[in-house]
Amino acid sequence: MEKEKQGFLEFAYQLYKTMKTNEINLVYEGEVTQEITKTFTSLTEKSLSKSAESNTVQKKVFNVMVECLQNISKHADSLSDEESERRGIVMVSKGDDSYNIITGNIIKNERVPGLKESLEHINSLDKAGLSTLFKQQIKESTISDKGGAGLGLIDIAKKTGSKLSYQFKELNDQVSFFILTSTIKRN
Amino acid sequence: MEVINIKGTDDTPNVILDKASGQFEISGRSLPEDVNMFFEKILDWIDEYSQDPNDRTEFNFKLEYFNTASSKVILDILLKFEEIVENGKEVVIKWHYHEDEEDMLEAGEEYSDIVEIPFDYIVYND
Repeated sequence: MEKEKQGFLEFAYQLYKTMKTNEINLVYEGEVTQEITKTFTSLTEKSLSKSAESNTVQKKVFNVMVECLQNISKHADSLSDEESERRGIVMVSKGDDSYNIITGNIIKNERVPGLKESLEHINSLDKAGLSTLFKQQIKESTISDKGGAGLGLIDIAKKTGSKLSYQFKELNDQVSFFILTSTIKRN
Repeated sequence: MEVINIKGTDDTPNVILDKASGQFEISGRSLPEDVNMFFEKILDWIDEYSQDPNDRTEFNFKLEYFNTASSKVILDILLKFEEIVENGKEVVIKWHYHEDEEDMLEAGEEYSDIVEIPFDYIVYND
């Protein structure tokens, strides 16, 4: 028992050090709901408003965080069908040149090819191309049962002006872990 | 007609729709999880308004932030006003954006590419 406790303390310290080294300001793993989204975005908004960051960058970080979190709360799958919670991991890091918003969530393997295709398509477009795609999509889309309009990733790419970096790690024959990093340049 | 006057929260906008005084405004931030639930009443009101609209409607959008699900509903609102224009009445969209927020200006420009309604862009800096 005592050993276990020691191990945990060591883990907490290592985590703290890793976060400091990687300039990670926020880490969360758990259910992502609208309440969580509101809490994190307002925390981030407050800490940004105290910083010397430009309004433009502050707004972009806020925008991108909302879209990333709402993507999880609307689209994340679960490890098993019995679970209905939409969980994910959320990290925000601040580097010298940029903010990174990293999210990870479970996705069913059958949905991976479609998502990959969308991501590749979005990454192949320049600013004007993204704007055209957005306008086309907003006209054609309807609000799904989940309340999404399928515009989130396009919007993130437009607002950040950076390519979306992503990875899929297959966990078993049913599901994969999807990691998305959105980068907002600081100047 | 009934007056809609909804006070904004940290995830829903202020909405004023008043035919008699000619005030039409959506402002603040809009990132509700369930956009349909929030906007249903507003879309219904606009449907009713479009049956007998004022000769000239000035609609102010002064949004600080909206999520993509809201962006779809905003298009739905604009499309309803486009119909009013097609029926021979005048509509002007006053699209307000903060001087630091080019993204908001661009959002307005994208809407004006999609709908046939004149847009005025108004910059503010408070």
